[in-house]
Amino acid sequence: MSLEDLYQDVILEHYRSPRHKGRLARPTVSQRGDNPLCGDELELDLAVEDGRIRQVGFEARGCSISVASASMMASLVLGRTLGEAEGLVARFKAMLREGREDPELGDAQALVGVHRFPVRVKCATLAWTTLEAATAALEEAAGRGGPAEG
Amino acid sequence: MTVTAPGADAAPSLRALPAEPLVPRSDFPVLAREVRGKRLVYLDNAATTQKPFAVLAAVADYYRQHNANVHRALHTLASEATEMYEAARRRVARFIGADDPRGVVFVRNTTEAINLVAASWARARLRAGDVVLLTVAEHHSNIVPWQLAARATGARLRYLPLGDDGRLDLAKLDEALAGVRIVALAHASNVLGTVHPVGEIARAAHEAGALVLVDAAQSAPHMPVDVRELGCDFLAFSGHKMLAPMGIGVLWARPALLEEMEPYMGGGEMIDVVELESSTWREIPWKFEAGTPNVAGAVGLAAAIDYLEAVGRERIHAHEAALGRYARELLAEIPGVVTYGPEDGDRAGIVSFTVAGLHPHDVSQVLDDEGVAVRAGHHCCQPLMRRLGVEATARASFYLYNDREDALALARAVRRAKEFFRVP
Repeated sequence: MSLEDLYQDVILEHYRSPRHKGRLARPTVSQRGDNPLCGDELELDLAVEDGRIRQVGFEARGCSISVASASMMASLVLGRTLGEAEGLVARFKAMLREGREDPELGDAQALVGVHRFPVRVKCATLAWTTLEAATAALEEAAGRGGPAEG
Repeated sequence: MTVTAPGADAAPSLRALPAEPLVPRSDFPVLAREVRGKRLVYLDNAATTQKPFAVLAAVADYYRQHNANVHRALHTLASEATEMYEAARRRVARFIGADDPRGVVFVRNTTEAINLVAASWARARLRAGDVVLLTVAEHHSNIVPWQLAARATGARLRYLPLGDDGRLDLAKLDEALAGVRIVALAHASNVLGTVHPVGEIARAAHEAGALVLVDAAQSAPHMPVDVRELGCDFLAFSGHKMLAPMGIGVLWARPALLEEMEPYMGGGEMIDVVELESSTWREIPWKFEAGTPNVAGAVGLAAAIDYLEAVGRERIHAHEAALGRYARELLAEIPGVVTYGPEDGDRAGIVSFTVAGLHPHDVSQVLDDEGVAVRAGHHCCQPLMRRLGVEATARASFYLYNDREDALALARAVRRAKEFFRVP
């Protein structure tokens, strides 16, 4: 397993130029996620209309893997329904668990190499678990009939 | 020896720097292995150290020839094991300048030693409003046990501040000592490498009526540590950070204090007479050693002490300080690299650094690919990280088996990390 297998070019490219970086002016939900053990931090904003993610934005502090993963995740879930987004989170986690690329994950399938570096798995999954928490918060709020707070 | 990179001799301090390790690398079996096809450059000694054949052999000899439970049976093996265990206690006492081996309690590690004091001494004595004085640079293991004790007693924690030079700001020490019952501080910082003036602080603390606990995890393995010179009341350190096995550590305390303290754990080994409703305790130090102890670990610790003392801790300290200084100079030549801790004065061979535009985890990952093992993260010092204004750092820490080629390998690997991530 070489360094280049872990840090594929597409990962470094997302790290240097993250997509959807920046907070949203009027998010439907804001969710914070962090890995206290390594100091990765993420603030994720979603603007959701009719159950579909219309806008996504984030601010991330952390290693290349965690920042690139947030950028890839944001690109992937824009325009998807909350249910589809949750399905993609499950697929991403499965990819890291099993170490098999998944074409459904777009650029994020480049993170498959993290499978071989167990200590970096938390870095790669931070954005996805934060998304999962955001959709859960929205669904809970919908159940209560009010807007969600992060 | 590996050939030094051309041009490296330009650094003035290098000529004075020993090119060889203080001890043969071949004494340490793991140092012969490769990592990712490269020679292992082990620079994570502040986390744990590698073990020489002498220590491995002492542990194996104990299990092969003598293994028995201590302090109980009357048979030959038990008597030998007991003598080896108690000889290790006497060896540790000499190592730290303690004249009475009854002050040496074997524990698992520094963390357990501090917890023992925070539980047995502090919980019985602290009252609401009493103060425990720490420093912002402490390891979590010298913060959290005191938070637990404070929560149980209503005592408060106070922190000595750290100056921008990485040294404790002692200008207001006398003020800070008001109401303090115990001061607990590291002898050497595991992040900054600062060697704190423990003797001076202990004198002031005693004048103010406070006791002093010294976390010697980063000093006892590396430099002379003498409890009489430090003037402390408690001293804690771990065997695994000084060539000995994991799972053996030491709490030293003034015997009179141990006499007054209640046991930390109850069980076998630590009792005298057990009645149905109550028991009496064995004398110190055994009163604090409930259950079967880590005899092999203690034997290994004694062998590690023999090994270290044959080299001499003054020499070890000088060697590591020189390597640390050299590594800081090499890193400082790399644009974007910031090193932390004092520029000069008494320092351990610990070099924490960050690289602009790179997270320490990414730095560490590339270093690993070059065979260079460093730690990256908050080093169990979150309050200190906040004080330094960083999320995390990378940390290289040297020991007696490192040499200048290791420092050069570190600097080369940091340059490669910047190239790999194309950081200017």
